[in-house]
Amino acid sequence: MTDMAHAPEAHAAEAHAHAEEAFIWKYVFSKNHRVIGIQYYVTAMVMALVAGLLAMLIRLQLAWPQRDWGVLAKLFPMGYDVGGGFGVMRPEFYAMLFTMHGTIMVFFVLSTAPVSGFGNILIPLQAGARDMAFPFLNGLSYWTFFVGCVVILSSFFVGAGAAAGGWTAYPPLSALKGAVPGSETGQTFWIIGMVFFIASFTMGGLNFVTTIINLRTKGLTPLRMPMTLWAMFLVAVLGLLAFPALVAACLMLIFDRHFGTSFFLPTGLVLNNVPLLGPDGKTFLHQGGSPLLWQHLFWFLGHPEVYILMLPALGFTSDILVTFARKPLFGYKSMVGALWAIAGLSFIVWGHHMFVSGMNPYLGMAFAVGTILIAVPSAVKVFNWLATLRGARIRFNTPMLWAVGVVSLFISGGLSGVWLAQSAPDIQLHDTMFVAAHFHLIMAGAALFGVFGATSYWFPKMFGRMMNDTLGKAHFWFTFVTYYGTFFPMHYIGIAGHLRRIYDPYQYEFLKPLQPINQLITISALILGSSQILFFVNFFWSAFAGKKATENPWQANGLEWTTASPPPHGNWPGPIPEVHRWPYEYANPDFPKDHVMQHEPLTAAEMEVKAAEGPSRHEH
Amino acid sequence: MSTEVLRKPSRPGPHRGGEGGGEPGGDGNGRGGPEVFFDPGRFGLWLFLATLSMMFVGFTSAYMVRRLAPDWTPLRPPGLLWINTAVLLLSSATLEAARRRLRGWNPAGVSPWLTATGALGALFVAGQLAAWRVLAARGYFLSGSPHNSFFYMLSGIHGLHLLVGLVWFAVVLVKARRLAYTPGEADGLGMFATYWHFLTGLWIYLLLLLFVL
Repeated sequence: MTDMAHAPEAHAAEAHAHAEEAFIWKYVFSKNHRVIGIQYYVTAMVMALVAGLLAMLIRLQLAWPQRDWGVLAKLFPMGYDVGGGFGVMRPEFYAMLFTMHGTIMVFFVLSTAPVSGFGNILIPLQAGARDMAFPFLNGLSYWTFFVGCVVILSSFFVGAGAAAGGWTAYPPLSALKGAVPGSETGQTFWIIGMVFFIASFTMGGLNFVTTIINLRTKGLTPLRMPMTLWAMFLVAVLGLLAFPALVAACLMLIFDRHFGTSFFLPTGLVLNNVPLLGPDGKTFLHQGGSPLLWQHLFWFLGHPEVYILMLPALGFTSDILVTFARKPLFGYKSMVGALWAIAGLSFIVWGHHMFVSGMNPYLGMAFAVGTILIAVPSAVKVFNWLATLRGARIRFNTPMLWAVGVVSLFISGGLSGVWLAQSAPDIQLHDTMFVAAHFHLIMAGAALFGVFGATSYWFPKMFGRMMNDTLGKAHFWFTFVTYYGTFFPMHYIGIAGHLRRIYDPYQYEFLKPLQPINQLITISALILGSSQILFFVNFFWSAFAGKKATENPWQANGLEWTTASPPPHGNWPGPIPEVHRWPYEYANPDFPKDHVMQHEPLTAAEMEVKAAEGPSRHEH
Repeated sequence: MSTEVLRKPSRPGPHRGGEGGGEPGGDGNGRGGPEVFFDPGRFGLWLFLATLSMMFVGFTSAYMVRRLAPDWTPLRPPGLLWINTAVLLLSSATLEAARRRLRGWNPAGVSPWLTATGALGALFVAGQLAAWRVLAARGYFLSGSPHNSFFYMLSGIHGLHLLVGLVWFAVVLVKARRLAYTPGEADGLGMFATYWHFLTGLWIYLLLLLFVL
């Protein structure tokens, strides 16, 4: 991944005084925020390829469960019943597929690419800082993450295969080594990989918050920060406060697995018809633990975690929509407030993942109300985006298509969220494909589209070149249509009762009629998967041979567009620009040009207005 | 303590730097020009301690839930724990004594008190291990009862953090011996003290949670 960062950057770097640094310190163990960001991004994309391929196997199984896949059986001898003379997938292999697909996508792709990737690339540039606050810690965080990736990937090759207890790792499946094949070494690797990931994310979060609080350039008051910077700040805070709960839970899980404690394991466990007895041979080995305790701790992280995925995409979308609509962001302060509200509410709604766990109905009601409240700030965001677009002369370049895609997915995925937020419908829909449809649209889809939009929008700041617009648009349209084609029908089969993690749905008579829909979904998913080739071709081709980018190719206003593409070491060759206005000064009738950048000083007329209104009016 | 974090840094970064691309000879941050509200290092440490606290909030909630189960049999703490606690409190006190010497323009008087802090810290860790041995000898093992499990796990995690603190202590001691700290330039010592006192406070909290509440 580091070779790729090398080539486009070499030209800018050679002219610079720091060119003498050895390659290994400059591009491998770098402390430069942009290099680290690109490392994170590319690693996440490699992980996305793996997790995407797992998803394709899942879809093949759901469409044609009893089919003999000769080629796949040769590729994955452990996963297909070759010994039995036919290449049908094994159930435990299927469980491993959906577990690892979820784990890798949520943590190692969609938390990493937007947050650690674009966070590192953009925060110093948008905040007007030379680098992150703790560059060494930043480099360390990437390599910690890298070790986590290696551990997670290698878990496919240990003993009985990778973890198979779901991405949520509920005990007792995850706590009893003999429960399913993946519960042995695979689950241990899962826990170790997660601990590395969390350690890396925590180091990143410390850097993000400290940089945004302490290292903003002169004049960049909080209410002049671009929405992306706001999102990154809140995401980092969420990560710092939510992930420790999962660390605590993982440590207790390790104790349960390896040292015989009973934090999560209840009395009376029977494994393969054999009671799990202690050394005395009479009483049960595990006593009195609570599997629900894990669920509470997991979802205390888990719900803020889905906003860790979402918020950066919301930030990117605001920045991109405005640039291509050539209008100021509608309701900037309410947009900031909405981000705060979503982030705050995310800490008190985790119980909505546990409506069927037998919780007190009154408690369920409280969680339901809190969850439905999230619809309010979410709607504020959508209406503000739509108002921003209203009457605009929109430029439909690739980044804009992705941003509009995020808005679309945010609406369609958000609506099903209102259903699931209420405990009564959720009891019916829990663990059905309806839930899979919901979170793939809103959490996975919006985050993914946000990443693609951000990639094409900030590509000049990553590699100094432009991405190909035609290829980008083709990639968007294929992805957009097949994304809906894949996940929208899942609502329907979910309402019809199709279970979420089932190996062979057609063992039930009532699910048999759904097979054609599943086949349609699978065909759509296969096209979706293969259209990502367009992205990878575009990415690598553009990074090396794309059109050279100017300083500000999109005529945008943020500080990142005041320096070269790509920025030199230290981000600005001269002094750091000062900020005099908010980042969304588009189509201001007082100016001859249609956009005024953040670092442009106030005009005489503006100074007069400001003086007349007193010192309190320090923003737009 | 919280006023410390809000304190202006003793050495604000160069303002409105025209110093070009980064400061090769500086701290590597390449900071130039931003308005520094708090010292980033100190602020980062407090953030880290907040994160660490959240982990123990997680443990606390697990402890309170698990305690309600019918199989809960309380663990009687060995008397050694109270001695260990006194040792740890004393180490925090000697650390403050060392800082007081520094503030009183007596840099040479710092390292004896600082050495005492490290020695007491090491003694605490040894004492905790001894307390584990005492419990084991009485037949209280890790997996014996949930209360045992929580005690061993939480004291172990606290001890590991204290070992990290002892490594940091070694760095601080070397610097103090070289008289690298002055009353106006004691951020390294101050941050170490913040971490050390945090661990002392955390231990008191764990003790209260496990055996008093």
